[in-house]
Amino acid sequence: MIVVVGAGPAGIAAALAANECGRAVTVIDENPAPGGQIWRGDADQRWVVRFRNSGIPLLAGARVVWGDPVSRTLLLELPDGARQIEYETLVIATGSRERFLPFPGWTLPGVFGAGGLQALAKSGLPVQGKNIIVAGTGPLLLAVAAYLRGKGANIRLIAEQTPAASLWPFGWNLAKRPAKSLQGLRLAWDLAGVPYVPASWVVSANGEGRLQSVVLNRRGTVVTEECDYLAIGFGLQPSTELATLLVGPDTLVAATGDAELALLEGRAAGYRAAGNVPKAAAMDPDLRRARAFADELDKTFALRDELRHLADADTIVCRCEDVPLGRLEGKDSFRDAKLHTRCGMGPCQGRICGPALNFLFGWPDTSQRPPILPARIGTLLAEDQGLRE
Amino acid sequence: MCNNDRLFAAISSFDVIIVGSGIVGSACARELADAGLNVAVCEESVVGGGATAAGMGHVAVMDDSDAQFALTNYSQRLWWELAPNLPADAEFSGSGSLWVAADDEEMAEVHRKSTYYSARGVAVDVLDSGGVAKAEPNLRRGLAGGLRLPADAVCYAPAAALFLMRGIPLLRGTVTTLTPTGFELSTGVKVSTGAVVLATGVAAYRLAPELPVYPRKGHLLITDRYPGYLNHQVIELGYLKSAHSHDADSVAFNVQPRVTGQLLIGSSRQLGVADPAVENAMLRRMLARAVEYMPGLETLRGIRAWAGFRAATPDNLPLIGRRPGHPNTFIASGHEGLGISTSLATAKLIADELLNRTSAIPRGPYDPARSFDPHA
Repeated sequence: MIVVVGAGPAGIAAALAANECGRAVTVIDENPAPGGQIWRGDADQRWVVRFRNSGIPLLAGARVVWGDPVSRTLLLELPDGARQIEYETLVIATGSRERFLPFPGWTLPGVFGAGGLQALAKSGLPVQGKNIIVAGTGPLLLAVAAYLRGKGANIRLIAEQTPAASLWPFGWNLAKRPAKSLQGLRLAWDLAGVPYVPASWVVSANGEGRLQSVVLNRRGTVVTEECDYLAIGFGLQPSTELATLLVGPDTLVAATGDAELALLEGRAAGYRAAGNVPKAAAMDPDLRRARAFADELDKTFALRDELRHLADADTIVCRCEDVPLGRLEGKDSFRDAKLHTRCGMGPCQGRICGPALNFLFGWPDTSQRPPILPARIGTLLAEDQGLRE
Repeated sequence: MCNNDRLFAAISSFDVIIVGSGIVGSACARELADAGLNVAVCEESVVGGGATAAGMGHVAVMDDSDAQFALTNYSQRLWWELAPNLPADAEFSGSGSLWVAADDEEMAEVHRKSTYYSARGVAVDVLDSGGVAKAEPNLRRGLAGGLRLPADAVCYAPAAALFLMRGIPLLRGTVTTLTPTGFELSTGVKVSTGAVVLATGVAAYRLAPELPVYPRKGHLLITDRYPGYLNHQVIELGYLKSAHSHDADSVAFNVQPRVTGQLLIGSSRQLGVADPAVENAMLRRMLARAVEYMPGLETLRGIRAWAGFRAATPDNLPLIGRRPGHPNTFIASGHEGLGISTSLATAKLIADELLNRTSAIPRGPYDPARSFDPHA
């Protein structure tokens, strides 16, 4: 059996491709519904519909906590127990998560990851009439702003750290791709009247007990804007934990947040997993084009150096263990920081602060220890007690 | 040549350089510096990053042998003297140990230990079945009893090592060869010094291949925070059988409360395994054993598992003292699972030998020149 981990666009495309080749496939996802981080709950996405109609089994609400490449098994934690699943071929389509960077006030209630706030709004957090500032970088900011606006939020402005001079060539390239520019036009329509300010970024978030205002560097001028929520998006960080544990630290995983590329990569992986190399190879030109676009995206929205210097000595870098930046003085590696400040040692195991410190200091996070996610000890024992479903 | 190497080459005036900045090396550096010597430490990685970081960090008195008792008892006294000065992040906590007896046979061992410790002035409480249940309500019911050692403690050893190292120059480098007057680094730099203390734990054999030190792999798992779940470091008496065994892989129930409210769950012992990766099967065995004793653990969340290597010796005693045939080289290694416990006493004994001082306990049982032949 082919097992696909992740029911986002890549995972679903992989499952559909393998299924098309006549292979038995099972998809595993930690969320209750398919669609991935961004499209979960959007039942009308074409690929989600195709997946639902395909009859491919989805193990929803299952978190992969460990895997063993020798016995080809994954250990899953479900809300009501544990389960082991065997695979012949595994497709890892674990996607990505938001990257957070520390700045003064980023841990205040009312400050969210852009994708996180969108997900919360989808699951019922009322944003009607709320004043929201969206800041950070990349096209995700526009999508989130448009969504929140659609839910009745008042988007004060979108602060894009990339300078306008870099955005124009990107826009021109976008115009050459009908599908992309159509998406862009729709967003532009949805966001008509919302200031989109390039070369601007959040300097600090302020408030008593919760977010009340945001200080922005707005094209070189420092301004204070009042708001209820701040949605921050500094790009995406690939979730490589499972791949690293199973395959080794040299595994490369792309994460662009770009559904088109994810669908293509997933489909090619699905064909390869099913042993249909010609079909996978036939996708090469499309893949090359989509990857080139993703690279362009990465280059255009590369984080600017100023963002490395927003945090001060008191700014928390590790939320799990409350470690402020000042505590890391004199430390010369993530391991040094972990051992002597507890930074990265909490329940998230450095998922948040690791990428931030990688950006701030260039520290690679070399250690990947099981379990992949915090797991009940009973789950880790599952083999001894037989298959529990 | 980087700055660090220049520092090494330029300063040949160190009386002693300690190779390795684990808890044992750091303690030796502190002791020798406090005795007035000009001391530096050479470390290839992070202070306290080897077995010091991988272990549980208990400060326990053990009675495996008279010599082990003498060393652990002496060292624990030194830990309690140091405790008021330790920084908060060293998480020193006198939570005490509780050895639990599953049956009457193990209960007989409780009484034997109680007699042994009491005769040597170590405070102990013998607990019956109800006493154990009261001391640790999360243990399974029906255990025969237990032995509490109230003076046993727990600490976060990497922070303790950093504290011991304060003010002592830390030189970065990998020692590749010991020479009659010092050592040579992987960069080719030769360093001369009055004496070298080899405190590289399980890596000791790399520099002194004749030493009978070999790696014994162990696994641990740490949980999320559950304050109040556990009061003592709890160990099954079967641990001793497992710790004694020199051939088979073994697991034993050993769980420790951390100051953070986290639980540290052990333990496993494997010989002849060189791969530092966490092994599914071994971790499962270890956790299954823990759940046998503390069924509620099954519902708690584990956040991280890892494995490390203890520096084992054939007679379960460390190697402390002058390297045979090398008057200027001293060995402080082979502490197995008791490196944190015995580090401070080890440092005293090393300093005593180096400075021709009289020691508080006989040094002979730990002499690297001793015979390891069980039939001798």
